[in-house]
Amino acid sequence: MAVYLDHAATTPMRTEAIEAMVDAMRLVGNPASIHSAGQQAKRVLEESRERIAATLGVDGIEVVFTGNGTEAVNLAIKGLWWSRQADAGSDGSGPRPRPRLLVPAGEHHATVDTVEWLAVHEGAIVEEVPLDSVGRVRLDEFERMLRRDAASVALVTMLWANNEVGTIQPVEEVARLTAEVGVPLHVDAIAAYGQVPIDVRGIRRATAAPRGAGLVALSVSAHKIGGPAGIGALVLDRSAALEPLIHGGGQQRKVRSGTQDVAAAAAFAAAAEAVHETLHADAERMAALRDRLIAGALAAVPGVRLSGDADRAGRLPGNVHFSFDGCEGDSLLFLLDAAGVAVSTGSACQAGVPEPSHVLMAMGRSEADARGALRITLGHDSTEADVDAFLSALPAAHAQALKAGLAARSTSFDR
Amino acid sequence: MSGGVDSAVAAARAVEAGHEVVGVHLALSRMPGTLRTGSRGCCTIEDSMDAQRAANVLGIPYYVWDFSERFKADVVDDFIAEYSAGRTPNPCMRCNERIKFAALLEKALALGFDAVATGHYAKITTDGAGNRELHRASAEAKDQSYVLGVLTSEQLAHAYFPLGDTPSKALVRAEAAERGLSVAQKPDSYDICFIPDGDTKGWLAERVGTETGDIVDRSGAVVGSHEGAHAFTVGQRRGMRLGTPAADGKPRFVLEVRPKENTVVVGPKEALATALIAGSRFTWAGLAPADPSTAFACEVQIRAHADPVAAVAVLEADAAGTPELVVTPETPLDGVAPGQTAVIYVGTRVLGQFTIDRTVSAVPVDA
Repeated sequence: MAVYLDHAATTPMRTEAIEAMVDAMRLVGNPASIHSAGQQAKRVLEESRERIAATLGVDGIEVVFTGNGTEAVNLAIKGLWWSRQADAGSDGSGPRPRPRLLVPAGEHHATVDTVEWLAVHEGAIVEEVPLDSVGRVRLDEFERMLRRDAASVALVTMLWANNEVGTIQPVEEVARLTAEVGVPLHVDAIAAYGQVPIDVRGIRRATAAPRGAGLVALSVSAHKIGGPAGIGALVLDRSAALEPLIHGGGQQRKVRSGTQDVAAAAAFAAAAEAVHETLHADAERMAALRDRLIAGALAAVPGVRLSGDADRAGRLPGNVHFSFDGCEGDSLLFLLDAAGVAVSTGSACQAGVPEPSHVLMAMGRSEADARGALRITLGHDSTEADVDAFLSALPAAHAQALKAGLAARSTSFDR
Repeated sequence: MSGGVDSAVAAARAVEAGHEVVGVHLALSRMPGTLRTGSRGCCTIEDSMDAQRAANVLGIPYYVWDFSERFKADVVDDFIAEYSAGRTPNPCMRCNERIKFAALLEKALALGFDAVATGHYAKITTDGAGNRELHRASAEAKDQSYVLGVLTSEQLAHAYFPLGDTPSKALVRAEAAERGLSVAQKPDSYDICFIPDGDTKGWLAERVGTETGDIVDRSGAVVGSHEGAHAFTVGQRRGMRLGTPAADGKPRFVLEVRPKENTVVVGPKEALATALIAGSRFTWAGLAPADPSTAFACEVQIRAHADPVAAVAVLEADAAGTPELVVTPETPLDGVAPGQTAVIYVGTRVLGQFTIDRTVSAVPVDA
């Protein structure tokens, strides 16, 4: 029986979500149609939107469905970028009035590649906020960068929790600083959603966010919480102006045109609700499994280091990330896979194009460390037996991976 | 599995032979290029996907292993260094020697595998005493024993070439189609994989720069100029743009490249004839001859697709006392460049290989 410990890549669809999806697929009707069939579809869609909104501390109207999490991140960053330039009187020609983007190092590629695109095509000046050694944004540095001419900052974007090493970011502190200086903040909460509580309005209130500033946008994805792949959402505060990326029929406040996927939304809502009903208990349970897995691995093999925050409160409950000295992560992955245990060397987006993790590099780790990286992530259905299976497969896999060691660099066949 | 038809069919045959097979695609570049370069380039995203689709059809696991650093150091940088030194290297050979049957093989053995199987056209046989021998493939036109000539007996012991006995590539394609492999009609790759547009000259110029130098004849008289000696290879005729014709009116060929002086020497075709080649960097593919210091008959081949030429080989000490393999062909070889690999055959068997360090022309300078 295969053991699945790569829930951060994607997690099994929940039964509630599958059932909701199949039920909604039987409905006829475009939610934008005026007749009764359309109204029925619209009702399911909007109820779903509201149920998702409730898990994020916002109203339904503030939830914009997208094709996936990456689209939500693109929409937030590019959309806010353009509206912030227009808002400062730019007609699109000449130098940008607000050229600066403050972005922590070690963000997901959805962000990294989007801001890079803005730099190349739109004259954005991307300023990288450094991370500390556990992968947390350096608030002191961030504040210094933000306050140095805040008026020139288009927006700030950051992860709620790092998708590779699981470090939870100081979102509320960053939200407070951005609220104070009147700059909008987008948070990519795709890895965090369903593992830690998220309350957008709560944060806006606590940080006294003015209109259009502070935490205004937040991205989530359904398939990371047991919903289907192919649907994500951007939470967009009512007060935030944002240029759309996709034009057409004007659906979803004209922010994202295109016929909406009622069945996917229904499944997303079912998963979101199910996850949040038992969020705290599941997080406790996962964290206990996580801690047992960490302790077990550290005791089982030499030369293994935990990356990210060792403090249990600072780390996603389902995330474990190790570096194994003298091993290649892909050797370990292969050997564990052969033993029936599925893990990851990093984020799945990079699979096939091996690169040392930019997250670990941003945390000041060496390329060798990055090469020996392995991410093990738990989900709501992970069990003690899964952890046992990993821990029992690890020593043999590790010994053999050590032997394979650095064959990529020098071998006995060299002459 | 490169994503080509040969490695896909090789994998299929290995599976069918009852082996436990895992497909591995080598990531040889951190910059995987773009789509639609097709088979031009062994490290593109499309090739990796083709390889994975073949593995799916065969029902075997598939992984991408990163050898990009080793590949850059041992193959790409070596290629640039060799050209800069006026030699003509064979990067495919270097890749077999240092990557596929060294880095990859070592890693595979350590991970518990027994052998690396590839889609190369060559045969491995075992003699009565259990020694491995490397032989030419049944498909003469596709024979790749030349580029495998660098393998030693330790490497041959763990190499497996399931296509060696197939009489033609057409049969391999037909088999691929029959097996439902989507790469059955994928074009062959001919170019150097890390130069996907095939423009070796331009690629080298970008990396080693251009510098105007002289083109001289064998008497030393300047007959033209060039933009960098690295762009020339011995035996080349085109691309010199010599304004003045030779005294005898015959076309001129590159006879020698002198990188230190950034000079290219040209002369008539006859002057390309090489009477002797020698090199001190040699290996034996399997058992070494019992007494290589006694001259022995063999055939020598100096390019992947050149005809073999009957020759006599002997291991001697060079001027500095270093053992050197000296090969005298029965008829002169044409267009030999230092840095090229000479592979020695006895019948179909690959005996060994050496890198050509020095040559002796068959035609004296004033001929």
